[in-house]
Amino acid sequence: MTSTNLAYFSNGAIYACLAIFTIAFFSHAIEVAWSVRNVENHDQTEFDFEKTRRAGRIGTAMMILGFAVLSVAVVTRGLSAHRVPWGNMYEFSITGALMLTAAYLFAFSKYKVRWLGLPVSISVLLTLGTAITVLYRPSAPLVPALKSPWLAIHVLAAIISGGVFLVANLVAATFLIMERYELKGGRPLWANKIPSLDSLDQLSYRLIAFVFPLWTFAVIAGAIWAESAWGKYWSWDPKETWAFITWVAYAAYLHARVTVGWRGRRAAWLCIFAGSTFLFNYIWVNIWGTGLHTYSGL
Amino acid sequence: MAQPESQVPNIGVTGLLRWAWRQLTSMRTALILLMLLGVAAIPGSLFPQRSQNPQKVDSYFTSDPTLAKWMDRLHLFNVYASPWFSAIYLLLFISLIGCVLPRTFHHLRAIAKKPPLTPRNLDRMEGYRIVPVDQEQALEIAEKWLKHHRFRIRREGNSISAEKGYSRETGNLLFHLSLILILAGVGLGGLMGMKGEAILNVGDRFINTPTSYDNISYGKFQGQGSLAPFSLTVKNFVASYLPTTGQPSNYVLTTSISSPIGAPAKEVIIKVNKPWTSGSTKVYLQANGYSPVVTVRDKSGNITFQGAVIFLPQDGNLSSLGAIKIPDMKPQIGFIASFIPTASSTAARGIFSTYPEVLDPRLVLSAWKGNLGLDSGTPQSVYSLDTSKMTKIGLKALTLGSTYDFGAGTITFDGWKAWVNLQIVDDPGKMYSLFGAIFAILGLLISLFTRQRRIWIKVGDDVEIAGLAKNGILGLEEELKALARALEEFRGETQ
Repeated sequence: MTSTNLAYFSNGAIYACLAIFTIAFFSHAIEVAWSVRNVENHDQTEFDFEKTRRAGRIGTAMMILGFAVLSVAVVTRGLSAHRVPWGNMYEFSITGALMLTAAYLFAFSKYKVRWLGLPVSISVLLTLGTAITVLYRPSAPLVPALKSPWLAIHVLAAIISGGVFLVANLVAATFLIMERYELKGGRPLWANKIPSLDSLDQLSYRLIAFVFPLWTFAVIAGAIWAESAWGKYWSWDPKETWAFITWVAYAAYLHARVTVGWRGRRAAWLCIFAGSTFLFNYIWVNIWGTGLHTYSGL
Repeated sequence: MAQPESQVPNIGVTGLLRWAWRQLTSMRTALILLMLLGVAAIPGSLFPQRSQNPQKVDSYFTSDPTLAKWMDRLHLFNVYASPWFSAIYLLLFISLIGCVLPRTFHHLRAIAKKPPLTPRNLDRMEGYRIVPVDQEQALEIAEKWLKHHRFRIRREGNSISAEKGYSRETGNLLFHLSLILILAGVGLGGLMGMKGEAILNVGDRFINTPTSYDNISYGKFQGQGSLAPFSLTVKNFVASYLPTTGQPSNYVLTTSISSPIGAPAKEVIIKVNKPWTSGSTKVYLQANGYSPVVTVRDKSGNITFQGAVIFLPQDGNLSSLGAIKIPDMKPQIGFIASFIPTASSTAARGIFSTYPEVLDPRLVLSAWKGNLGLDSGTPQSVYSLDTSKMTKIGLKALTLGSTYDFGAGTITFDGWKAWVNLQIVDDPGKMYSLFGAIFAILGLLISLFTRQRRIWIKVGDDVEIAGLAKNGILGLEEELKALARALEEFRGETQ
C-alpha cells in the first residue's frame, strides 16, 4: 500500500474503533443499568448478577477487539509516514488511548476489574473523538528537531505512564464515590461487584508505584534528548516544568503512603490531583502553552 | 506581682540552632519543601520568562508598565533564577543531605548487625501458625530453607530470626543520594559552565574567543580564558522542505573545524540532533535564516557598503526583517528591509512569502535619511532602525540583480547567503547529573520492587512460625505457607 492509502486505512480504523468502543461503553453501561432495574423487581438481598454477566462479557470482548483495531490504526499511521507515530498531538492522543486500553486490559487480567470498563471506554471514546475531529493532522514526515531515536523512547515512556496514571485516577475516583455511598449507609446494589474500598485503595497505589519509575525515566530521557537537540538538558520549558510538577506530586503521593501512612480518601484526592497535573500538561501546555515542545501546529 | 512564667524553655543559641537543624532535616520538612518547589515552578510556566521569550516579556512592559514592574520585582519573569526559587531548592538540598546521610550511616550499621532477636510472643505477629512437625529437626530445615531463600539469619537457642529485603532501604537511599548528585551536577554546570550564541553566514570563520559571540554568559567561576580552543568555518548549509506544506524536513550544516586552532581542518556535519563535541563543549545548530547581499553606492558611484546583512525570520516561510545602515554617507542613510524568499502578493497583504526556500526573492526596502543615532551611546539593535531622527525618502521592492536609486545614491540587490545560529555550550556538570539520573532510576526500581520482611521460627512445646512485613506489603502469607510446607514435606520424607 502507498503512504496515502496507509494513512486513509489508519483513519478508517480509528472510525471503526469509535464504533467498537461505543458498543463497549453501552455493554458496560447495560451491565450496570440492568442491575439497577432488577433491584426494583427483586428482593434486594437476592440480587442476581448472572443476568448482566453476558453484557459485561460483550463489553470485555469489545475492549479487546478495540485494542486490536486501535493497534492496527496506530501502526499503519506510523508506516504511512515511515516513522514512529508520535509526531503531533493527534498521534499522541491515539497512542495514548491505546495505552489506556492496554493498561485496563492488564489490570483486568490481573485483578478482574471489569467494572473499570465503563469509565475507561468513555475516556477512550472522548480521546479518540477529540483526536479525529479537532486534533487531526495529515500524515507527514517529522520536523528536524524530532528526528532522533529518543522520540521513540521518550514519548513512548511518557504515553504509557499517562495511560496508567489515568487508570489510577479512575480507580481513585471510584474509591471516592464508593466511599461516599458507604458513609451514607451502604452501596447501591449495582455497585456490589466493585471491589472493596481497601482493594481500590491498594490498586491505585500499585498502579502508581509500578509506573512512577517509568515516568521518572520519561523525564530523564527527555532531558537527555533536550541536551542533544537544544543544547541544554533542562531549560524550564512549560512542558518540562509541568512534567516536573507531576513528578513531584506523585513523589509526594508515594511518600505520603509509605512514610506518613496516608490511606483512603486523602490518598485518593492526592492521586487525582497528581493525575490532573499530567492532564493539564497534556492539554493546556500543548494547545495554549508556548515553548520548545510546540511542533507542527499541534 | 507574680511574673507570668515563660512558656519557652531557655535552650540558648546552640540549642536553638540544633532545634532548627532538626526541623530542617526532618522528613516532613523535606516533603513540604519538595511540594513547595513544585508549586513555585508554576508561575514560570504561566508568565513569559526572560531566558526563553524576552520579546513577550517586553510586551508586558509596554501594555501595562506598572503591573509589569511589580511582577518584575517579584521575579516573575525570571522565576528559575529568582532568590525565592533558589531559596527553596537550596533548603531542599540541605534538608535532603541532612535527612539522607544519617539514614545511610544507620543503614550501613544495620547491615553489619544481625537481625533483631525473636520476639517472646510470636502469636501476636502476622501469619502466626503452629506447624505440626517434629521439634528436633525443625530449626535445621527452617535454617536451610531460609538460607536457600537468601534471608539473613540469627539463630539463638531454640529460635531463628530471619530478615530479608534490606535492599529496599539500600535502593531508597541510593535514589535520594542520586538526587543530591543531580542537584550537585546542576550547580556545578551553573557555576563552571558557559553558553553563547553566534550567527554566521555561509563562508564565515568563527574562532572560539569571547569577542566572536553575539551573546555569551559565563558561570560565576568560569574563567573567560578557558574557552575550548577551536576554529570553525561554515562551508555549506542546506535546508530541505516539504513541497506541499513548506514544513522543514532536514537541516544539514557542513563545517570545517580545526581543534585546536591551527590543527589540520576536518570536515564536520552538524545537524539539529547531532551537535559537534569537544571535551565538555558542544556546538549546536540552533536556527537559520537569510542574509541578503547588497551594494550601496553614493551619487558618484563609490561603494559605501557591500556585503551580506543578517535578517531575522518572521514566519514559517522565512519572510525576514532587518536593517541596512550606511553611517559613512552624508546625510546618513538607513533601510528598513524585508527579504521575501518566494514572493507572492495580494492587494490586502502586499508582498509575502509562500515558501521558505529561495525561489523568487524580493528585497522590499523603505529608505530613510538623517541621523542613525549610532553615536548616542546607548547600544542599538543591528536588526532595527531608530527612525526618530530620520525622514523617509522612498519605498521599493527589488528583484534579484536590480537597483534602486534613492536620490542620494543607489542600492543593488546582488544575492543572498544563508546564515546559521550556532549555540556553543560548555557544561562540565552534566555528566554528574546524568549518572545521578541513572542511579536514581536504579534506586527507585530496587526500592519499589523489593519487600522487606522478617520471619521467625520458635521451637518450644510446638513449632511456631510468624512474620512481619514492612509497610504491610502483601506476599508474606504465601512465604509463611511455603516455609510450613517445606517443614511438613520433610516430615513426609522421613516417615
